[in-house]
Amino acid sequence: MSSVRPLTIFNGQLVLPGARPVPGTLRCAGGRITALGGAEPQDGDLVIDARGALIAPGLVDLGVFAIDKPAFHFGGITRAALMPDQGVVLDKRSAVRFAAQSGKPDLWVHPLAAATRGLEGLELAELALMRDAGAKAVATGRRWIADTGVMHRLLSYCAMLGLTVVTHAEDSGLTGNAVATAGEMATRLGLPAAPAEAEALAVARDLALAEMSGARLHIRQVTTARALDLVRHAKQRGMKVTAGVTPAHLMLSDVALGDYRTFTKLSPPLRSEADRQAVRAAIGDGTIDVIASGHDPRGPEDKRLPFTDAEPGMAGAETLLPLTLSLVRDGVIDLARAFELIATNPAAILGVDAGKLAVGSEADVALIDPAKPWVVDSDMMAAAAGNTPFDKQGVEGRVTALFKGGMPIDL
Amino acid sequence: MTSPNAPHADRYPAGSAAFPQRDLIALAGLAPWEILFLLDEAEQWVELNRQPHKRDDRLAGLTIINAFFENSTRTLLSFEIAGKRLGADVVNMLVAQSSVKKGETLIDTAMTLNAMHADAMVIRHQSSGAVRLIAEKVDCPVLNAGDGQHEHPTQGLLDALTIRKAKGEFAGLTITICGDILHSRVARSNIHCLTTLGAEVRVCAPPALMPADIEALKVRPYYDFDAALAGADVVMMLRLQQERMSGQFIPSPREYRHLYGLTLDRLARAKGDALVMHPGPMNRGIEIDSNVADLPGRSAITAQVEMGVAIRMACLDVLTRRSRKVEGWA
Repeated sequence: MSSVRPLTIFNGQLVLPGARPVPGTLRCAGGRITALGGAEPQDGDLVIDARGALIAPGLVDLGVFAIDKPAFHFGGITRAALMPDQGVVLDKRSAVRFAAQSGKPDLWVHPLAAATRGLEGLELAELALMRDAGAKAVATGRRWIADTGVMHRLLSYCAMLGLTVVTHAEDSGLTGNAVATAGEMATRLGLPAAPAEAEALAVARDLALAEMSGARLHIRQVTTARALDLVRHAKQRGMKVTAGVTPAHLMLSDVALGDYRTFTKLSPPLRSEADRQAVRAAIGDGTIDVIASGHDPRGPEDKRLPFTDAEPGMAGAETLLPLTLSLVRDGVIDLARAFELIATNPAAILGVDAGKLAVGSEADVALIDPAKPWVVDSDMMAAAAGNTPFDKQGVEGRVTALFKGGMPIDL
Repeated sequence: MTSPNAPHADRYPAGSAAFPQRDLIALAGLAPWEILFLLDEAEQWVELNRQPHKRDDRLAGLTIINAFFENSTRTLLSFEIAGKRLGADVVNMLVAQSSVKKGETLIDTAMTLNAMHADAMVIRHQSSGAVRLIAEKVDCPVLNAGDGQHEHPTQGLLDALTIRKAKGEFAGLTITICGDILHSRVARSNIHCLTTLGAEVRVCAPPALMPADIEALKVRPYYDFDAALAGADVVMMLRLQQERMSGQFIPSPREYRHLYGLTLDRLARAKGDALVMHPGPMNRGIEIDSNVADLPGRSAITAQVEMGVAIRMACLDVLTRRSRKVEGWA
């Protein structure tokens, strides 16, 4: 990275950990931040006027299903943790090594190793080999590991290896072929549905196993009041557990399924309004640590189908930042906490030196106009596909410039 | 009270305002007068169908495509007869589930049919919402002949017509629907139709076959069939699929009959003149005993089939009035 020209960004608002934005300058050289605050540009620097924009850490997106650089760059994402559910499952050293290189030069890709071979939930994959090939954590993929014995052995092994286990929390015995949460909406639409408690059951089991084994557990999406209560109590007991969510579950309830629009088909499915409110409260009180995009672009061949036949998932990279910032405007969290949720905490869970502005850190930096209004349009997205449940919705907050290791990225 | 068979022209607006929908996808959301309009329109076809010469040529020259993505004998036949009795050219397209992989080509199929300039399409599909999806892509009126576990609107209408012919007005009636409510599009269409028309609807099923928050649909849920039957004016039994009686939802057919089979003894808990209905095909000796299904003067099961043709004629007539430029509808 030494070939990258040193960079000075002035006239911005620095987003520093735990503080209100402060006017200041950021300088980086050799790919790392060398000064924050009152630095002066030096001869030869690339000098950029931030024009009052936020100077913030690049977003760290914990759990995406595709490497979709245009969408990530649009959304200010400089690091993406890639789920193992790929065409070739990330269950071997070679696949992990390849994935870890696949973002170069303008995106960090942090592969998540498949917990079990083929993500079948039966046999442990070669986790130590994958760790040493660049996997930053282990993930169960889109599925829950139904066999409690397998899950216990997985967590014990990962505790020894120092790898966080990223889980999907839905009791598969209860969910079966469900595509919606049981309730009035699913009943009216005649959609196969499972009780919201399927999540709490899965969380309860995985928390108990994690406590037994001493493993670090990250529950990628916690979307119901009951499961959030379990996580809250586990944290109060001092357990090493973190929880995430995507903006869909804090913005939408299952009412959005009303016209069978498959862009609202997600895994886990959208929940009741009461659960949505519980998610927002859990973001406010610190129970939820991470907001991620769950980016999963899906074209018409996967989405232009009857609801039950369509694939779940949303293209979320472009809306992660503005929808998280909406929580700041709504008074749920402050700006510093917003960047903990979308940068600092996910970076810490992955064990990468990123996610916050600090002297010596990698210079992954986003310039953000937090008030810039724009309209989400599924036909005009940077993502590989426009499957957003927020189509035609007005949002605020846009990345105006992005730097990875001090290197400007074309937006 | 006026004759139940007389049209109630004072209950709905004139011309196309009486039924402003382009398609018939669901009974949920329809106004009472929209439903009554279709029931009233069907009365003339009930009469015609009882004549030796059962032919009206108002749909002559029109092409109706019955596209059935899910197996059906009775509903398909009923729609075919309805179209033919109105003089339309009726084409049946039976898409075996095996040849269309999970609806991958559903939109393509719809576009293909659309390009053939059908004047109406009747569609059955195994996925909830699929018929609506097709309706959004084609230019002609679409009739839902059953979509997954969502709705089967002509069944709801024919059941309402059957009830009206036997009982008159809907207000004050208590109607008990018993069986696999969870998986039943017939139940949903009947619930929406009958509650909209003012009847009190009870639904009865074991917990595993009762949808969540069913009370939100303005019905009273019961697990106990005897309690659900008490004082009922109409008892509507639903078919339970064999595979759901083999341990998955119900331990055995024998046990299902023990709790939820309509026997003569059980029927005695309903009103003395309670009407017995079943959308068919029946599992005789399981959800309904033969001596109940065949009970003279009480069983309306064959009347339901008869009303089905009339209702489907009414729906095909009404939904094609715009394209036929019928006065007041053009």
